[in-house]
Amino acid sequence: MLETRSLSAGYGRTPVVKNLNLQLPEGRITALIGPNGCGKSTLLKTLARVLKPLSGEVLMRGAALHRLDDRAIARQLSMLPQTPTQPEGISVRQLVEYGRAPYLSHWGRLKAEDRQRVDLAMRETGVHELAERPLSDLSGGQRQRVWIAMILAQDTDLVLLDEPTTYLDLAHQIELLQLLQQLNRNGKTIVVVLHDLNQACRYCDHLVVLREGQLVTQGSPDEVFDAELLATTFSLSAQVIRDPVAGTPMCIPL
Amino acid sequence: MRLSIFWLLGAALLLSTLLSLALGAVGVTLPDIWQALTEGGDHDFIINQYRLPRALLAILVGAGLGLSGTLVQGVIRNPLASPDLMGISAGAGLAATAVILFFPAAGHWLPLAAVAGGMAAALLIYLLARQYQPAPARLALTGIAVSAFLTSLIDFLLIVHPVELNSALVWLTGSLWGRSWEQLPLLGIGLALLLPLAMRLAWRLDICALGDQSAVALGAGPKSLQIQALLLAVVLASLSVCVAGTIGFVGLLAPHFARLLCGGQHRLLIPVSALSGALLVSAADLIARTLHPPLELPVGLVTAVIGAPYFIFLLLRYKGW
Repeated sequence: MLETRSLSAGYGRTPVVKNLNLQLPEGRITALIGPNGCGKSTLLKTLARVLKPLSGEVLMRGAALHRLDDRAIARQLSMLPQTPTQPEGISVRQLVEYGRAPYLSHWGRLKAEDRQRVDLAMRETGVHELAERPLSDLSGGQRQRVWIAMILAQDTDLVLLDEPTTYLDLAHQIELLQLLQQLNRNGKTIVVVLHDLNQACRYCDHLVVLREGQLVTQGSPDEVFDAELLATTFSLSAQVIRDPVAGTPMCIPL
Repeated sequence: MRLSIFWLLGAALLLSTLLSLALGAVGVTLPDIWQALTEGGDHDFIINQYRLPRALLAILVGAGLGLSGTLVQGVIRNPLASPDLMGISAGAGLAATAVILFFPAAGHWLPLAAVAGGMAAALLIYLLARQYQPAPARLALTGIAVSAFLTSLIDFLLIVHPVELNSALVWLTGSLWGRSWEQLPLLGIGLALLLPLAMRLAWRLDICALGDQSAVALGAGPKSLQIQALLLAVVLASLSVCVAGTIGFVGLLAPHFARLLCGGQHRLLIPVSALSGALLVSAADLIARTLHPPLELPVGLVTAVIGAPYFIFLLLRYKGW
């Protein structure tokens, strides 16, 4: 569904991601993992076309992303940045409504269908009861769910998230990852940058491991996640055991 | 709730306008105002030729500045940004001063010169700050620096041409003194044309407030919006400047006041900030005229007395550096 061909990308002229060939599986949750500075966020931003490729290209359903219309892409691909700017003086519902931007006419009027989508997105993320509250009143966990609701209102098949768990406590991290699983079951393809390797193994179907801007390996957690990978990619000596609850691989640092 | 904001501001504006007509070196009662407006009479000149055009100008100038400030703050995403602090007003002022001093006969070119000056200043700031794209604070700082530079150029021009100093100086601090019906159509038509254009940008300004990344992901990349909104802001501010000089801080205060009243969505923010700006300049001019009649202070002095402390308050509170 989303594919990169000899993609190099970065800030200014220095490539952070180098010559990357990737195919992200449709209908799955893919985690981009790797040590700090490996280019996972850069890759995600390039997929979401926040950054322009220095060379190579990103394909969506076989079509080059930079040849497609911005709004047409935004109806198929949404992205939650790591630290979205929180606008002042708006309510939860108003923020979620912004997710309808790619469907609006010139004057920005919401139609009945837009309002339905907004309601649906708020119910799906459990922020419906907060709808009329000012955004600034909410806790970090609630706020993150509102941002997800905005992305859902965008009604795209593909959802990209840049470290969505970073500022949350553990309970809210798990809640968010479970929400992503639920969205995935409802048919969305999800690509997420994650820091926590055990969470990536447990909640994602497909791992893409990067180091120094290059692909180390990709595959299901069972296939790729082992002590050798941790040693070579993360310079971490660790033992990989089975998660006693989910049965997925899990690392214990030595 | 929303409608009541408009009623409230409308009523305040009407009150301020009525007081502007009534008060001054000569007091005029309400019935006399009504008589002068409808059939002329004793106070025909003072009301119809002097106070009324001036009161209306105050409203239009204020609306233009308030609107301009909202557009600038919307795209720069910086509560400190405004046309005067961003050098736009100073650029327009410098161009207008040059026209007044060097081509005193070419008064009708003043608006065009002011818009060109404002545009040049905005372009200069844009070029200087371009390489630091995502940093609103830098853009604001660059604006303040350019503004200071242009203001010093204005000072230089005034010192070298002391003969014309008096009229130019009154004009520069922002004054509605001696304005008449002549200047009204320019601003009125300008505002009537530009307000709908601004409203059309409203929802994209809302999206822009989510940051560049989200805006791109939502298919509303900020580039073209920034250019359109800044162009509108420059023209609005420059037109105001060429009618009334640089009335400081209105472009900063009005959007903040409006945000306090109606929240952060531009669909409301745009009209409410225009009304707030109008009220601010109208009330400030009323104070400037009636504080010590027949002596008249420039209205820019009054807005600066209110605006400067508020700007410092914002600086202390702003954590986005």
